[in-house]
Amino acid sequence: MNYPEWLDLNAVWFVLVGVLFTGYALLDGFDLGVGALHLFTRTDEHRRIMLNSIGPVWDGNEVWLVTGGGALFAAFPNVYATVFSGFYLAFILLLFALIFRAVAIEFRSKQPMGWWRQLWDVGFAGGSLLSSFLIGVAMGNIAWGVPIDERGEFAGTFTGLLHPYALLLGITTVALFMMHGSIYLVMKTEGELQEMARKWINRTIIFFIICYAVTTMATLLYVPHMAARVRAHPWLFSVAVVNMLAIANIPREIHFRRDFRAFLSSCVSMISLMTLFGLEMFPHMVLSNPDPANSLTIYNASSSQKTLGIMLTIALIGVPVVLAYTVSIYWIFRGKVKLDRMSY
Amino acid sequence: MDVLLLSRLQFAFTIAFHYIYPPLSIGLGVCLVIMEGLWLKTGNNLYHQLARFWTRIFALTFAIGVATGIVMEFEFGTNWATYSRYVGDVFGSALAAEGIFAFFLESGFLAILLFGWDKVGRKLHYFATWMVCLGAHFSAVWIVVANSWQQTPAGYMIEETPNGPRAVITDFWAMVFNPSSMDRLSHVLCGAWQAGAFLVISVSAYYLLRKKHEAFAKASMRVGLAVALVAACLQLVTGHASALGVIENQPAKMAAFEGHYETGELDIHVLGWVDEESETVTSLSVPRFISRLMLGDHKEVKGLNDFAPEDLPRVNSNFQLYHLMIAIGSGLLLLAAVGSVLCWRGRLFHQRWLLWIMVFSVLGPQIANQAGWFCAEMGRQPWIVYGLLRTSEGLSAVVKAEAVLTSLLLFAFIYLLLFAVFVYVLNDKIKHGPDEADLQPTGRLADHGRAHA
Ligand code: HDD
Ligand code: HEM
Ligand code: HEM
Repeated sequence: MNYPEWLDLNAVWFVLVGVLFTGYALLDGFDLGVGALHLFTRTDEHRRIMLNSIGPVWDGNEVWLVTGGGALFAAFPNVYATVFSGFYLAFILLLFALIFRAVAIEFRSKQPMGWWRQLWDVGFAGGSLLSSFLIGVAMGNIAWGVPIDERGEFAGTFTGLLHPYALLLGITTVALFMMHGSIYLVMKTEGELQEMARKWINRTIIFFIICYAVTTMATLLYVPHMAARVRAHPWLFSVAVVNMLAIANIPREIHFRRDFRAFLSSCVSMISLMTLFGLEMFPHMVLSNPDPANSLTIYNASSSQKTLGIMLTIALIGVPVVLAYTVSIYWIFRGKVKLDRMSY
Repeated sequence: MDVLLLSRLQFAFTIAFHYIYPPLSIGLGVCLVIMEGLWLKTGNNLYHQLARFWTRIFALTFAIGVATGIVMEFEFGTNWATYSRYVGDVFGSALAAEGIFAFFLESGFLAILLFGWDKVGRKLHYFATWMVCLGAHFSAVWIVVANSWQQTPAGYMIEETPNGPRAVITDFWAMVFNPSSMDRLSHVLCGAWQAGAFLVISVSAYYLLRKKHEAFAKASMRVGLAVALVAACLQLVTGHASALGVIENQPAKMAAFEGHYETGELDIHVLGWVDEESETVTSLSVPRFISRLMLGDHKEVKGLNDFAPEDLPRVNSNFQLYHLMIAIGSGLLLLAAVGSVLCWRGRLFHQRWLLWIMVFSVLGPQIANQAGWFCAEMGRQPWIVYGLLRTSEGLSAVVKAEAVLTSLLLFAFIYLLLFAVFVYVLNDKIKHGPDEADLQPTGRLADHGRAHA
């Protein structure tokens, strides 16, 4: 298919990659969050309900990460190559945590012994926490900027990735996912567990708001380039306002027991956060710090126009279909979790 | 050890591990479509029980395939960054298509397949089974196309960039239908069907020997044998086509497969040993007139001695892997044929010796699949993209040996756990066997059932 000249395919793919990673955050966000909350329940039955609330969907959710990674590889191979080889150990740890989590989900309910279940419960929660944290740290580094040399290769070290701003974003991400996960749980559970999850929502919202405030302050003070575009175009501040309203709306909806709307609110707040992030980054994919001239942008790191065009055709055919059946699958599985013989 | 060696080891280890599971999913997917189809057609609830049991096994292989697949997807970037920059433009689109068409399809509909028995009607459920099976096949399509492009690049041009040269796509369809992709895809799929079919055969044979779930086992066995027989026959056909393709496009690889040192007529060996020092092959070979018949116009092959030494793969290990695959392939075909004939005559279920062989036959396709990939990939060396980019040039520039060693150890540890999960859960499911309750479909599936039965 031929696309018109005026269409900036690089920018389109910047948005599409962003959409995929946002989709990942919305979906895997809640199941990582449920994992992070796992140890706050004590009884075996509650833990099983929590596991089964994400049972049918968690590996489908990870597909968004896979596809986001694939799209990054295809559209911006230089970014994919630089970031993945540069953050080598961090990504290996992320993979390790994600797999460990999967192993724990499978193993946990296979034996009745208390120590056995406790062990895998800790593994499941730990894997979920570590994954969320590392995802946040990676975002933090992308925002802060990493050392890049003139050939576009990463020039820093592993420990260099663990500076305070990145760690702060890691913690904020954990908080965000926990909030998202607790809302999801309220939606999927009933009775005693649901009451417990309602309490978690309040606590995690407070936790998240504190993190968010600190992050915003730190960004304004130390990472001014991540606020430059909003400063230059004040109307963009509306995105931030939407974000705050969405967060403020969550306790309200929960209060009125409109759990699904609370979940949507939480989704909206995540979408607006990602939008802000994208707006500030554009047209950069990875900022080079200290030498901004070496930054990877959507133009110097992309595939050829032809590939971007072919992929857009693929995406235009595929994405609507994917969205349609993702929605229908969540629809089929709506409602509360019940334990049966198919359960974990 | 240096980064190159460690990275190659890590890639080989992680992909070989990944490749235990996808073939099972692809093959079981086909079996599931057949089983559920039989149920809908005949209304016999035994097939419903079959479909439910094998769906549970499918879910297991699928889950581990996903967990290990994510590693593969990241590994191009982490360990082979220069290669990723080089090929990104060309096979990025194949990988993206894989994500969008294959993985979403598979994982989405799997939820219905697994957890939707009581929630959706029969038609929708059967549709989901088809989609999952198709999705599994699609993931093989795109990844094999990408890999085939590395073996026989086509539809591209080389462009200079500030980060060095890279391949840029000029013709998408020429890239997709590169000279080896269709031969290899069909061959890989046949191997996958065999992997699934022989798992079904093996478990059924085990139940028959133990005299447990006999009705179930007999029905499973029939489905398994049918798929295995068809796949094993096609395996020879597609393998033959691949071999002719290799002679044409990668002569050095074929020369290594057959230990062919001097340019001239190619000998086809059945088994043997290559002494790389003295360049001699001690072997049992196929008679000339048969090999001429098989090779047709491709008899003359350039010998290893006529290639530059730095362009050559290893010889004896490739020779062994290649012939191992073929030997197992012939064995499996024999087994499937004998099994089918006896089953047809109604005598299979009393032949304990044959049933015992069948129990172990599940390993056959697994070993042959691994051997096939190893020889295809080692035979491509020293090129990471055949004729264009050397493996040593494809590495990540910034990754240190210690980092790769660390990751290799981490992967070894977590894969050991994962393998334990697999064996444990598989064993558990087999021990537990099919659910008697499944003979009575429930929920929305049941309504229809009574009308038919
Ligand atoms: C689309 C790409 C792709 C696909 C589908 C596969 N591989 Fe591969 N393989 C590579 C891309 C690749 C590679 C990234 O290009 C490597 C890394 C180093 C090299 O030379 O090629 C490689 C190396 C490599 C090696 C090491 C060879 C050596 O260093 O001597 C082995 C043993 C395998 N692979 C085995 C497999 C198996 C068992 C596969 C089946 C699932 C498989 N590969 C699919
Ligand atoms: C280096 C090459 C490969 C990469 C990067 C890769 C990547 C992946 C990824 C990311 C997944 C998880 C998808 C999900 O989240 O649902 C996956 C699963 C899968 N892969 Fe691979 N893969 C490779 C090789 C292969 C090969 C050679 C085949 C088949 C011939 C294959 C077939 C499958 C299938 C069928 C699945 C679904 C899970 C399963 O059925 O086990 N893959 N792969
Ligand atoms: C019986 C006769 C067989 C022949 C003549 C044959 C031939 C070949 C050849 C020539 C290749 C290398 C292709 C390349 O490097 O591009 C290959 C690869 C392969 N073979 Fe076979 N094969 C046979 C049986 C089998 C069996 C029984 C299996 C598994 C059950 C199998 C699985 C594979 C796999 C997975 C590959 C790697 C993928 C590929 O390159 O196509 N083969 N085979």
